Amino acid sequence: MAFASKDSAKAKARADLFDAFIGSNGAISVIVVVLGFLCGTLLILAVGKNPGNMYAALLQTLTGLDVTRGTWNARYIGEWLTASMPLILCGLSMGFAARTGLFNVGAEGQYIVGLTAAQFVALFGPQVPGLHWALALVAGCLAGALWGGLVGWLKAKYSVSEVVATIMLNYVAYYLSRFFTQLMPAANTYRTPAYPETALLKNGLFERLTNGSRLNTGLFVVVICVVFYWFVIERTRLGFELRATGLNKEAARCSGIKVTRSITASMAIAGAFAGLAGVIVALGSFSYGRVLGGLDNYGFNGIAVALVGNSTAGGTLLSGLLFGMLASAQPLMQSRQIPKEVTWIISGLVVVFISLRAGFKMIMDWRQKRLAEKGRQRDE
Amino acid sequence: MDEYAIEMLDITKVFPGVVANDKVTLRVRENEIHAILGENGAGKSTLMSVLFGLYDPDGGSIRVKGKEVRIRDPNEATALGIGMVHQHFKLVHTYTVTENIILGMEPRRRDGTIDIASAERRVAELSERYGLSVDPRAKIESITVGMQQRVEILKILYRDADILIFDEPTAVLTPQEIDELMSIFERLKAEGKTIILITHKLREIKEAAERCTVLRRGRFIGTVDVASTTEEEMAEMMVGRAVKFRIDKDEAKPGDVVLKVEDLTVMSSKGHPAVKGLSLEVRAGEIVGLAGVDGNGQSELIQAITGLKPAKSGRILLEGRDIAHLSIKERVEAGIGHVPEDRHKHGLVLDFRLDENLALKTYDKKPILKRLGVLDFAAMAAHGDDLIGQYDIRAGKGSATKARNMSGGNQQKAIIAREIDLSPRLLVVAQPTRGLDVGAIEYIHKRVVAERDKGRAVLLVSFELDEIMALCDRIAAISKGEIVGVVDAATAEERAIGAMMAGVRGAHPAAGRRDERPAQGAS
Amino acid sequence: MSSLLGMLPSVLMIVAPILIAALGGMISERSGVVNIALEGLMGIGAFAAATTHVLLESSMRGSVWLALLVATAAGMAFSLIHAYASVSLKADQTVSGTGINLLSMGGTVFLCQIIFRQERTEPYKLGMMPGLGGIYPTAYIALAVLLATWYVLYKRPFGLRLRACGEHPAAAASAGIDVKKMRYIAVLASGAYAGLAGGCLVLTQTIQFTNMTINGAGFIALAAVSFGRYLPKGIAGSSVLFGSAVALAIYMVNIEALRGLPPEFFSIMPYLITLVTLVAFSGKDYAPRASGQPYEKGGS
Repeated sequence: MAFASKDSAKAKARADLFDAFIGSNGAISVIVVVLGFLCGTLLILAVGKNPGNMYAALLQTLTGLDVTRGTWNARYIGEWLTASMPLILCGLSMGFAARTGLFNVGAEGQYIVGLTAAQFVALFGPQVPGLHWALALVAGCLAGALWGGLVGWLKAKYSVSEVVATIMLNYVAYYLSRFFTQLMPAANTYRTPAYPETALLKNGLFERLTNGSRLNTGLFVVVICVVFYWFVIERTRLGFELRATGLNKEAARCSGIKVTRSITASMAIAGAFAGLAGVIVALGSFSYGRVLGGLDNYGFNGIAVALVGNSTAGGTLLSGLLFGMLASAQPLMQSRQIPKEVTWIISGLVVVFISLRAGFKMIMDWRQKRLAEKGRQRDE
Repeated sequence: MDEYAIEMLDITKVFPGVVANDKVTLRVRENEIHAILGENGAGKSTLMSVLFGLYDPDGGSIRVKGKEVRIRDPNEATALGIGMVHQHFKLVHTYTVTENIILGMEPRRRDGTIDIASAERRVAELSERYGLSVDPRAKIESITVGMQQRVEILKILYRDADILIFDEPTAVLTPQEIDELMSIFERLKAEGKTIILITHKLREIKEAAERCTVLRRGRFIGTVDVASTTEEEMAEMMVGRAVKFRIDKDEAKPGDVVLKVEDLTVMSSKGHPAVKGLSLEVRAGEIVGLAGVDGNGQSELIQAITGLKPAKSGRILLEGRDIAHLSIKERVEAGIGHVPEDRHKHGLVLDFRLDENLALKTYDKKPILKRLGVLDFAAMAAHGDDLIGQYDIRAGKGSATKARNMSGGNQQKAIIAREIDLSPRLLVVAQPTRGLDVGAIEYIHKRVVAERDKGRAVLLVSFELDEIMALCDRIAAISKGEIVGVVDAATAEERAIGAMMAGVRGAHPAAGRRDERPAQGAS
Repeated sequence: MSSLLGMLPSVLMIVAPILIAALGGMISERSGVVNIALEGLMGIGAFAAATTHVLLESSMRGSVWLALLVATAAGMAFSLIHAYASVSLKADQTVSGTGINLLSMGGTVFLCQIIFRQERTEPYKLGMMPGLGGIYPTAYIALAVLLATWYVLYKRPFGLRLRACGEHPAAAASAGIDVKKMRYIAVLASGAYAGLAGGCLVLTQTIQFTNMTINGAGFIALAAVSFGRYLPKGIAGSSVLFGSAVALAIYMVNIEALRGLPPEFFSIMPYLITLVTLVAFSGKDYAPRASGQPYEKGGS
């Protein structure tokens, strides 16, 4: 009953490609997003506003086309991509951990430490063009990796719940960031002096192409990260170990996989993604350090991104672009009398709906299990 | 016309893809002890779940004491006087004995609060009347399995059950506790109760039951009078063909010592020693069986040997080399194969494909591992196909099948294939045939013997004494973390081993006969 | 020393909402449903209370109390989403809870925009008035809630059955208890508690609702549940501890000895303490055994 190995391998490659980019759950993601928008539309109608304005704002964000005035401005596209970048990265952060069986609600904190480290390097680092912001990227990446790895280690060694631990660390990171940023020379209670030019991630080409938006070099970082994510998880030995650990920690352990190391590594990589998001925002969208007055919420919204993207590389990319669109459309919506919070509501609804997907999966699994238990009659 | 306590007529119950009960008829007389016999998956638990209101039947009818009834949930079953003692106890571990018994039917004071004092009195009353000794104030997590079962029984007696269903009650008991259970059955019968006993153990049916209904693959085969039917006849009805009770195997040719455990102590997860100063030897080319009731240190011993848990003291030598400080991975490389007792928890990643599961211990070696840490999935699939062929693993999509979608028997075959493929020096096999049907069991037994004949050392741990006696060359009995005795399988007497499992040292083959009643109250 | 004692009313003011929310979280967990949406539910309650009060304060005496009632009802209503998703649809409870937090963040400010045309509620003239000794009535409310919860959970049959649902739902089911119904009640109760807590917070600590009003109090409550080992006694203690830390952060400017330290030092305290204790007590798991697992009706 042996199958030709070539057929098996080809079938696997095809299935793999499909899974990697959309996943057979892609249909569910689409349905959930549509449902979210539907509810958002109904809500707008319910408060007496015109949903057409919301969609016009969204269209303008995506294409730069203003349907009411008939003008076109590429800046909106640039801003859309700029808003999407940290969301995609935080989505990758959550998704990577999720593939390993961990619920990383700590992307917010990992983002903050990355951001803070970047601000530091921006103010104190060598003012060599190219090197300066590269160093900041590395610093932010490592800071995030440390913050995430810490949680992973606590979970692996002491079975500390990563949900509670990461939430706690989010707030610790927030207050530490405020404290250290205020310590910087000539900083006041809400900002530091401006960065040297060499620290910024500004990219002249992008600026010209998008008519002065804040789109920056971080775009390359995001693309690299998406590819890296896909490659590590689907193609490498580390990815195999992480997936095994995520799907069944005990069986992985029994086979000799070093589970503590895997969980720590996974959270560290997840933290690194979020840390990079922090750098890109700090040095791409701002020209001075900020003493955070509140949470930027990229980390939390990253959760929604990962869930809709089903924790795959391609899915997270698309999903991040979607939520980026929602976020950057907010000012456009306000100007058309649509309260911008509707985008948060849509995000929240999407997350709730997506949580049901897990429920469906659970029911399916339970059914399959019973089927398999009694299925010997079919196999023999 | 006999007075029937329970009649289940033409009961049909269908789950997606499988007919669990296919027009099954069961008639239980008043005040009799009636057994339901069948293999794993024959439909006996489903049938009783229908009776207890956990499932709605898709066809057929139920009569209790002659009256037709519909039982929609456990409350209605309880109201009809039907109670069920489950195989996996449904007890809240942090609650006391009394709290568990009264849960759902709590006696109240006038102000509405729970009247614990009167509850404890009632528990003591029932305990006295039926000879079920329990400590009303003890927490479930700190009492023995035997006492926990008595609490389960008291739960249903508290609700005035007349018809008691026992689902595989002896699976978790020591031979001594089994004897106690038999006398509890007699006491209950004397008090006028009707007992339905679900089991696959022929010997217990012979001892306790008066009539027996046999099910096979969801179908009703027949109801027989136990006294006039032999175990072989009942087995044949259960399986559908003549069953071999012994396996054909050659004499063992033991070689050098492969595994030597010296004075090993391992702590349990609760902090007390589960394995106490245990010593054991397994040679190449022999199968050593570890006989004992669940919970006597077998799991911890296996965990210490395979590296899942560190030993507190003592030595573990593999071919002379002390492996006690080696990681799990290193022990796999050193030549230890492990078929774990819980195939879903430790053996397989259910959401992985079959070939990924088969490569769980070899993914980091050529040819699957290429340069730079990249994996060669084509090679993995080829390896999977190879093992599927060799071991006749039935999987709908070959290497691409998700492990979750395979039957229990084929999942187990896959695990065994993976471990044997490593050519281990020592093969540790725990509960290999739990929950499997006879066909799969025979296959797995044959494979284990084949490995022995290739010169491997095999350590087999099983709770089924029959399996140990059939397969093993030497048998070590474990009780409370210590090896009580080691005997040669060829000359061993089952009763003697049973006595050793209960902790009686140096048991003479003729000692520990079942019809000697142990002192009441021993637990 | 007297300044420390003088701080007592302020400490109680901050402890009260945390305690109430934490008790709600405990009820939910003890029945087997993880509820990390306390933050979002408190936000709903705070928004509802602030809106009700500011709209009615000039026309009605005692609008503060009505506001609390509305807050409780709003919290309960919103938690219905989590209950339905977790219990009936067997969704992933952590994800569903996170979704509620996101929804609350957006929903409350959205409604502010609709009703008040700004991202916050209109400030009211007078919030809740303190009583004897400067202690707000919310402290007494919290105490009453604590005692009532303990009584029902440990003295009444309902409590025995609810706790069984979180430890071993199959055992509860076989005893004839409707596990789903119990869990629904527990989640709705936790929503009511969290809503009430949010209302208490906004009416005593500030003059209006903004998206920074709750600012992590719900997560501190979560930490208090965990640190308090899921028991009313423990939670009372941990809520006082964490509430004190938060209070110190705000009021330390009044204390000579602490003026040198940065405010962030105290703000971090509750979170750091929880983290450390999570690690220190990691050996034993105090959470109810079946917490987080959806209940499937099944065979034996």
